[in-house]
Amino acid sequence: MKNKEIYLDNSATTSVDPAVFKKMQPYFYQEYGNPSSVHKLGEKARQAMEKAREQVASFLNCFPEEIYFTAGATESNNWLIYGLINKITEESSFKPHIIISAFEHKSVIEPAKYLEKNNLAELTLLPVSKDGLVELDILKKAIKKNTRLISIMYANNEVGTVQPIKEIGKLIKEINQSRKQKIVFHTDAVQAINYLDCNVNSLGIDALSLSGHKIYGPKGIGILYLRKEIPIISLIRGGGQERNMRSGTENLAGIVGLGEAMKKVKSLGSIYNQNIKKLRNKLITGILKDISNSQINGSMENRLPNNAHISFRGAEGESIVMALSQKNIFVSTASACASHSLEPSYVLISIGLSPEQAHGSVRFSLGRWTTNQDIEYVLKILPDIIKRLRKISGR
Amino acid sequence: MYSKKVIDHFQNPKNMGKMKNPDVMAEVGNPQCGDIMKFYLKIKDNVIKDISFETMGCVAAISTSSMITEMAKGKTLDQAMKISYNDIAKELGNLPPVKIHCANLAVEVLQKAINDYRGK
Repeated sequence: MKNKEIYLDNSATTSVDPAVFKKMQPYFYQEYGNPSSVHKLGEKARQAMEKAREQVASFLNCFPEEIYFTAGATESNNWLIYGLINKITEESSFKPHIIISAFEHKSVIEPAKYLEKNNLAELTLLPVSKDGLVELDILKKAIKKNTRLISIMYANNEVGTVQPIKEIGKLIKEINQSRKQKIVFHTDAVQAINYLDCNVNSLGIDALSLSGHKIYGPKGIGILYLRKEIPIISLIRGGGQERNMRSGTENLAGIVGLGEAMKKVKSLGSIYNQNIKKLRNKLITGILKDISNSQINGSMENRLPNNAHISFRGAEGESIVMALSQKNIFVSTASACASHSLEPSYVLISIGLSPEQAHGSVRFSLGRWTTNQDIEYVLKILPDIIKRLRKISGR
Repeated sequence: MYSKKVIDHFQNPKNMGKMKNPDVMAEVGNPQCGDIMKFYLKIKDNVIKDISFETMGCVAAISTSSMITEMAKGKTLDQAMKISYNDIAKELGNLPPVKIHCANLAVEVLQKAINDYRGK
């Protein structure tokens, strides 16, 4: 037990599923063709790529030609935001309005802020509730005549709260009925794919980003789903791959891996969700029972089944992470001390945590291979670590 | 990210805990940045006879608190005032750039304690 690694940082990244890896392998050295090549090897590569596209499309319930392979969700988010706004502004002097939630991932916030700073768009950062949820009436009030893009993440990457995507989709659809210039509804679904319904049609989603490495696929591959009738300009220009929308020789092995990873997620179904939720609840209950002055952050009801986000008074997040790491337990923190800045996490501040609570917080994200023994071991180790750090802090 | 020595001091900090009847106590830091350091000193004939700390903060903050108290113990006040980040880094190994702030905090709290003592 002592030497076993207990990985509870699956929201940061996941290990590639062995079955997925096996499917990828030939595309590094046997089927290494360039999908753009005319010869047989190229043809095989192209077929593998299109099969993966169909796997993704089947997962999202969209057309394969609505799927664009990218280097990951950061690119997809950047592309959608720049691509849509640039398309609008290059055709007229119209200044579009963007709405995003205050706790979006940085890869949504930063491009949106860049456009605002350069006077290319208006931006509203939507406040979220203490439970970590976007509220429909607040969103409704924020919509203006010139609103052209609403981007709300499906599930938050830190606190794991699940946003009312279906309701938002419905609201935007209703508003769009009386509009000539439609509002595009984008969602960053990176954290959602493993656990939540991602049927873009029933959810009313126009654009969606995801990454392979969060769903037991490889790093460096992701997609942008974009509904057919929505025009955006390309971000990466060159040889005209991906129907002239995203240039660059395709990451074939990555694409094959992403397709297989999504197929695997689909096959796991709701029993998997229930099992991981049971383990997660055991972890939360155990921590709150055994460690005084600890609290769970974000809604318990609308929450990813694998996420436990907990603040400990008198102990600092990075110290907790490093102390657990010494015991081969891997978790994460958004404490300023573990980041590139000295500021507390904007996500945690946005849901009303004090800087102390934000600094003293840890995210446990369970995964496909988390066992009951893993959780029991963490529950055995953690109380002493917190006790020790509180002794050092005198708090 | 951290050297073995930093981790050692983090896992087994020296001079840790509240002191009874210190000659001086000083605190620096703020909850905004996450680090709060409190140092307790016993001083006799201008020499630091005993020193201890309570630090709420990251690995670097705890580790540098432990290290600087080790370095300061037995030194005269003048000598202790001169301990700098570079001296700590020499002992602990370099810290990641974003963490230099923590080491400087430890320098600051020690100097504040000495200045407060002298001002009494």
